[in-house]
Amino acid sequence: MQEFLDLTLGGISAGAVYAALGLALVIIYRATRVVNFAQPALALISTYLAYSVTKATGSYWLGFAVAIVAGTLLGVATERLLIRPLRHRSELSSIIVTLGLLLVLQAIAGMIWSNEPLAFPYAFDFVGRFSANDLFVVLVVLLIAALVLVVFKYTPLGLRMRAAAFAPEVARTLGVRVGLMLTIGWGLAAAVGSLAGLLATPPFLFPNVLDGVFVYALTAAVLGGLDNPLGTIAGGFVLGVGLSYVSGYLGPEMVTIAALAILVVVLIVRPSGLFGRAKVRRV
Amino acid sequence: MLEIDELSVAYGAVRALDGVGLAVERGGITAVLGANGAGKTTLLRTISGLQPARGGRITWDGKELTGLAPDRIARGGVAHVPEGGGVITELTVDENLRLGALWRRDRADREAARKEMYELFPPLEERSAKPASTLSGGERQMLAIGRALMSRPELLLLDEPSLGLAPLITARIMGILRDLRASTGLTVVLVEQNAHSALSIADRGYVLALGRVVAVDTAAELLADDGLRHAYLGF
Repeated sequence: MQEFLDLTLGGISAGAVYAALGLALVIIYRATRVVNFAQPALALISTYLAYSVTKATGSYWLGFAVAIVAGTLLGVATERLLIRPLRHRSELSSIIVTLGLLLVLQAIAGMIWSNEPLAFPYAFDFVGRFSANDLFVVLVVLLIAALVLVVFKYTPLGLRMRAAAFAPEVARTLGVRVGLMLTIGWGLAAAVGSLAGLLATPPFLFPNVLDGVFVYALTAAVLGGLDNPLGTIAGGFVLGVGLSYVSGYLGPEMVTIAALAILVVVLIVRPSGLFGRAKVRRV
Repeated sequence: MLEIDELSVAYGAVRALDGVGLAVERGGITAVLGANGAGKTTLLRTISGLQPARGGRITWDGKELTGLAPDRIARGGVAHVPEGGGVITELTVDENLRLGALWRRDRADREAARKEMYELFPPLEERSAKPASTLSGGERQMLAIGRALMSRPELLLLDEPSLGLAPLITARIMGILRDLRASTGLTVVLVEQNAHSALSIADRGYVLALGRVVAVDTAAELLADDGLRHAYLGF
């Protein structure tokens, strides 16, 4: 029973990170039908910047703030410089560009900060079962997720963003600046992704540190429905807890296989996600 | 007024519009008629900026629209209801409606416009919180027109509002357009395959065939011209 509780609590905290990075993927997927494979790399660069700022100033929170701002700007720059020029091509072109960007940014990170693991601090005390840091991770992710959902659902900006995502041409004729909405979406997504990076990285920062988290975040997004922010957040927590049980009862070496198995099974059985409705898209 | 000079549009090598000229007085209802593929939809899409012109000019009140982005044209007072209405089914009825006026700064007047639309189209108010996907065809067309009117446009472009609707609903929509013109001085360009119902409310009509204007006249004259009706309008 004690073990079950430990595994559940540990899973919730890990799942929060998958939920956050998954949310970042969904914001972009919903607007552009592109799975942003560069998302972990954008978060990685932000996290390295946080490392440098924290090291120079001694302030964790200044580094944290710099990472979020830098993440936003990186997302905006990616959309403007790499994705927008491809807007008349197929979505596949954009996806390949994001894959390329992933590799380039990881290499750049290695060149600047070296490929050696660097000590990266937790926000709060991390010792013990469901530590202060675990609580912080869960709370901050829930807060940010709620904020994103409220913005989408209840603000004029969110309404514009959804209209631009669902029906760009109609949105244009209603005065919505669709290009600007896409840019804002990429900025917002990358900010959320950077938050996930800051939470997922400790204790060590190295260029591939977010690769595993990204796979789980993608699984969470598929589990929740790539179109469905709320589902993805739920999917992140479900996956975190599920994988924690797998690790505890079957062994840590089974975690990646379990995640891939879940990914494949969901794609076969419920391609629109556990919470998604199959939807016909008009072209 | 809306003035279109020598407008040409092409999709690749296919000419959709070939030197089209058109003049629409303020406060008038102008019907644009013609068979499938005559270029009617292309004409509206070019006015609202969705389709780039290859040549020619479009001006509204002396301001050039050619080359402007669709969102700029919309914010200049031109509303476009596309074929089928373009209702966003993933959004609620109310969200669709509000979307029509979001670019306008006057918040109080946006709210007033929303109330007016619900008075004009009572079935929409009953369903305001429901997804627009739950609406019938006629209700969708009402929503599309209501959403366009939310911005208090000066020029309303309507693409086949009667398509797929029962005659009774078509007659109601045409009646609403006529009332609006009378009460607000709205200028309407109405594209229709259903020439009879369009000419019943229009002042003037243009007939397009294969991307060219083949006839221009008052609605009454067009209705009376048997040869033209048989050749181009199919009734």
